[in-house]
Amino acid sequence: MNARLDEPRVIRMYAAREEIYPREIGGRYSRLRWLCLWLTQLVFYGAAWLHWNGRQAVLFDLLTRKFYIFGLVLWPQDFIYLAALLIICACGLFMVTAVAGRVWCGFSCPQTVYTEVFLWIERKIEGTRSARMRLDRQGPSFNKYARKTAKHLAWGAVALWTGFTFVGYFTPIRTLMAESLHLNFGPWEWFWVLFYGFATYGNAGWMREQVCKYMCPYARFQSSMFDRDTLIISYDAARGEPRGPLSREGAGGCIDCSMCVQVCPMGIDIRNGLQYECIGCTACIDACDGVMEKIGQQRGLIRYSTDRALAEHLTPTGIRQHVLRPRVRIYGAVLMLIIGGVASALWLRTPLKLDVIRDRGALGREVDGGMIENVYRLQIMNTTERTHTYRIGVSGLPSLAQDGAATVTLGPTETAAHAIRLRAAAQAGKPGANKIRITLQALDEPALAVSEPAVFFVPR
Amino acid sequence: MSDFTDAFWNGYIAVLTLLGVIGCGVLLYSQSMVRRQSGATTTGHVWDEDLTELNTPMPRWWMWLFYITIVFALAYLGLYPGLGEFAGKLGWKSTTQYQEELAKADASYNPQFERYLAQDMKAVAANPQAHAIGERLFLTYCAQCHGSDARGNKGFPNLTDRDWLYGGTPDAIKETIMHGRHGVMPPMAAALGSDKDVENVAHYVMSLSGATSDPIKVVMGKNKFSACMACHGPEGRGNQAIGAPNLTDKIWLYGGSAETIMETIRKGRDNTMPAWGEFLGEAKVHVLAAYVWSLSNKPSAPTTEMTASLAAPAK
Repeated sequence: MNARLDEPRVIRMYAAREEIYPREIGGRYSRLRWLCLWLTQLVFYGAAWLHWNGRQAVLFDLLTRKFYIFGLVLWPQDFIYLAALLIICACGLFMVTAVAGRVWCGFSCPQTVYTEVFLWIERKIEGTRSARMRLDRQGPSFNKYARKTAKHLAWGAVALWTGFTFVGYFTPIRTLMAESLHLNFGPWEWFWVLFYGFATYGNAGWMREQVCKYMCPYARFQSSMFDRDTLIISYDAARGEPRGPLSREGAGGCIDCSMCVQVCPMGIDIRNGLQYECIGCTACIDACDGVMEKIGQQRGLIRYSTDRALAEHLTPTGIRQHVLRPRVRIYGAVLMLIIGGVASALWLRTPLKLDVIRDRGALGREVDGGMIENVYRLQIMNTTERTHTYRIGVSGLPSLAQDGAATVTLGPTETAAHAIRLRAAAQAGKPGANKIRITLQALDEPALAVSEPAVFFVPR
Repeated sequence: MSDFTDAFWNGYIAVLTLLGVIGCGVLLYSQSMVRRQSGATTTGHVWDEDLTELNTPMPRWWMWLFYITIVFALAYLGLYPGLGEFAGKLGWKSTTQYQEELAKADASYNPQFERYLAQDMKAVAANPQAHAIGERLFLTYCAQCHGSDARGNKGFPNLTDRDWLYGGTPDAIKETIMHGRHGVMPPMAAALGSDKDVENVAHYVMSLSGATSDPIKVVMGKNKFSACMACHGPEGRGNQAIGAPNLTDKIWLYGGSAETIMETIRKGRDNTMPAWGEFLGEAKVHVLAAYVWSLSNKPSAPTTEMTASLAAPAK
């Protein structure tokens, strides 16, 4: 730094982004990352096309507020399960991060996955890292514009297909496909296809590492789950330093080839230690392993390791002995508890919902024979996909009985308001409110039953 | 209508708002760079005597996002209300938007109801789909007073019997819903005379429907009943033209015990059914009236028994 002291100088708090050209890299972790990419994207792009019982298997129908997940039909009343799912995801993230660092970021996060896909396209069209850097530096030429146009068209195609698939989870995707042939989308379908497509194109094509560095909240708070025993991408400084060419006397294991820097999609040098930018993608491990093999050295100068392991020279077994520390046990216990709770709640869930709304206009009316009559409105939701006839049962007071039809029939996923009249002898209950229960039971499936408390009012 | 008590506050708000927006811009510009007397790579901020912060610049587009929000704010204040009383170039109002959305909803839903408007109400009553619509309308707008089962309550007529205050033809029911009804019985105690007379008339009224009554009081009350005949008719059969109830059936709007009848005679009754025509529109009322009519009449097409018909729409 040769800026002279005493000379005023402007320091800018905002600077233009420097383009990163990650070098392509193969290796065992790279293969694992591509496997994760295939798995997650096959599910995302594929699941929308599956069929189940004559409808789309996974469909979130916002208009009718019904959420189909294979055999399960969730209603807005079931939103607690969404909350539970989010809690499970959060606890899962905590635990995985505590054990193995940011593997979510490196292997499954859509930002990483789509950046990887877009980089692959970029490589196919513009060439290798050095070719891309050359292309960007050179002046305008037909070759340059042709390649850039082709790249953006290809990116746009992937992005639009992604947006289309996303919308396909909210509008039946086969209908959407038919509509797309005539560009006949509704306004909201247009908006979301284009919006989601644009977000994919912008984030994976242009924003890339900036999303992780400046926008992602997970990226920032995951470091609070780290401790000395968390597996992180580590450069073994004790073995590597002092870095220098192989030929130099007394040089460490690192030959300073800078491959690990060139492959980094975040543009950092892992040899500076753990940095908040590091998404744990392991590209530098693959790069370094490749180099070490070539020069006949042992792999693992950059490897998954922990702070403690580096300081105390632990073996992999030693690292494993530190995995089950208290925070991991607690995360694990909480996770198991919630998963168990949600699973049993889903298992025991009755696909029939009943709300009893007592008519508020009248407390109770006297009818023939010294009977007291109360009116209720039953809000019944048949959340199954079959027609059911339910028997209405009442209990809680002697002589309590229903006046009128004893059954009610609801079609598939139908909601109905059903008015019932209950009668009881005036002396059957105390004056004022009496607790009763109203039950519904499917005639064809006795296990399909719900019971709701209600109040029967006897005038004073 | 002014929201301000004084024109001063209008200007005050406008100036404060604009100063705030512009101030944000100035702050942003002034803080995006610092002038320092050294070549260090720190931000120049010093805490606790010697703690400095390494400058890791944010991307420049991030700063532009902030400037865009300022441009957006100024454009918004120009187009929409926000600067004191300035209404904005677009003249947007929440009430206008509400009216527009209402009109749009009407345009999309009304055809469904107008389909039935052209039909005879008895035919509408026999249509299961119209029946289901009518039921939902009833549960939304009518059930609060008349009950979910339409059997009414004290002061609110039972709609499932064949007794009607203003007539039970589909047209009369529609008229009732459209324009509402206001039934008044004046206090009659003074016209009848003493408390004894009131009691006697009450017993005579009870005898009309065959309820247990004191024969002597009935005879004495009968003479005084002439005061009631103008509305309830010489035989007490009521008059649907003015909504005077039939006193000879066992159906009582307020109750048929001696005390309740005496209370009715002494204090009179004043009861209102609100008009729904303007709120619901004739087409919905048409469907609703057909539904109410069907509660006490069997429409020509087969529907299930009354209680069952209250359940799910007849299939």
